[in-house]
Amino acid sequence: MDFNRRHILGLEELSAEEITLILDTAESMKEVSERDVKKVPALRGVTVCNLFYEPSTRTRSSFEIAEKRLSADVLNFTLSHSSVSKGETLLDTARSLEAMGASVIVIRHPMSGAPWLLAKELDSSIINAGDGSHEHPSQALLDLFTIREIKGSIEGLKVLIVGDILHSRVARSNIWGLLKLGAEVRVAGPPTLIPPYIENINVKTYYNLEDAVKGVDVVIMLRIQMERQDSEFFPSLREYARFYGLKREKLKFAAKDVIVMHPGPINRGIELSSDIADDAGSVILEQVSNGIAVRMAMFYLVASGGGNS
Amino acid sequence: MDKNAIKRTVLRIVNEILERNEGASELVIIGVRTRGVHLAERILKIIKKLEGIEPLLGMLDITLYRDDLRRKTEWPKVKKTEIKFSVEDKVVILVDDVIYTGRTTRAALEEIMDFGRPSSIQLAVLVDRGHRELPIQPDYAGCTIDTLSKEKVRVHLKENDGNDEVKVLRG
Repeated sequence: MDFNRRHILGLEELSAEEITLILDTAESMKEVSERDVKKVPALRGVTVCNLFYEPSTRTRSSFEIAEKRLSADVLNFTLSHSSVSKGETLLDTARSLEAMGASVIVIRHPMSGAPWLLAKELDSSIINAGDGSHEHPSQALLDLFTIREIKGSIEGLKVLIVGDILHSRVARSNIWGLLKLGAEVRVAGPPTLIPPYIENINVKTYYNLEDAVKGVDVVIMLRIQMERQDSEFFPSLREYARFYGLKREKLKFAAKDVIVMHPGPINRGIELSSDIADDAGSVILEQVSNGIAVRMAMFYLVASGGGNS
Repeated sequence: MDKNAIKRTVLRIVNEILERNEGASELVIIGVRTRGVHLAERILKIIKKLEGIEPLLGMLDITLYRDDLRRKTEWPKVKKTEIKFSVEDKVVILVDDVIYTGRTTRAALEEIMDFGRPSSIQLAVLVDRGHRELPIQPDYAGCTIDTLSKEKVRVHLKENDGNDEVKVLRG
């Protein structure tokens, strides 16, 4: 099948076939990262701008490496030293980047929907690198890629996502992707952090981690955002860690070959105990290196879909 | 060309390769996806039979090195390149089914160079159909066919298409 999109904004709007094509393409891209000379000329002459309105080291670096491995020219635009702090609107900033020749814009923004606004108003291809608490497609795709690489296929797997589901764009994108590829999805966390409507899309809710973990093939732990600890969603970090932190004695209820994932950065001792984070079953570093291959595939495919939509 | 003609032609190509390189000890074989890989496998098998040694086999997908990506509306699907050995100071036998404009070969040469510096690269093709747009020529050509640009050369190989056949389809 062909990829007919100019943008990758979220997993909700992608079909299972499109997701599979991205994952297949990423497999080929991964080979490039295993070479001595980790560079191919596919995007030579294409200018990509990373427009980040939120601090991010991992995601931005991963996008930047992916761009460079495809030989694109890279322009980084971060909140702290940009005209945004001088009061320029998002659209004005993005339009001027386009006027400088950027034809692909990677955007991270605290407001849900910001990438859709750019996609509507600009001629460039837009890649969503995380918008508000809405979607984070590249993270979900690299999670799917990592699961598929280790487990062979996603269909029929039991996947548990633990933590702040309410605010998590990683959880949202992952839930769409996993459901589309045929996994059984469970979520667990404090009732205040799980949206009640989630059961409507066939996701099972658990408030007890031990029950939730039973028989699962994959556990995706979400980061507890420290900045939210004062906002009354849960009484204290210590209490959260006790009930929803993943420890060895809870993980033993899962399937024998369970893998543990985390989008990083980890709060050690809170959502994930150190022994699990460093354990063989944890694939957190694989996720990071797969992230580059998946993002290369996203660039290749939006550039290739450019003529159509 | 039918099945037997293809068989004889591949055998001749192998003999030319072995003659020119005085055996197969320095050789590695790299096929260009998809049918070049199948031809490369056949060449490898014959070398093994004749020389008793089995050169390493690689597979090349040149999609990311194409010079027409920016001009296409639909980009081809990227498949995997697999070269799990060093090409450094080796004689690379690059294998493809058809040489036409030479652009695929150009892309393949660039990709191989990214894997190291071979002592030489030699090009083996089953069919040379002319109409080169770049100064690239095969070292070993199974057959040379005069074609018009509007004609198509269709190569079928058993591994991929169920039968062995080379046919010119009149535009």
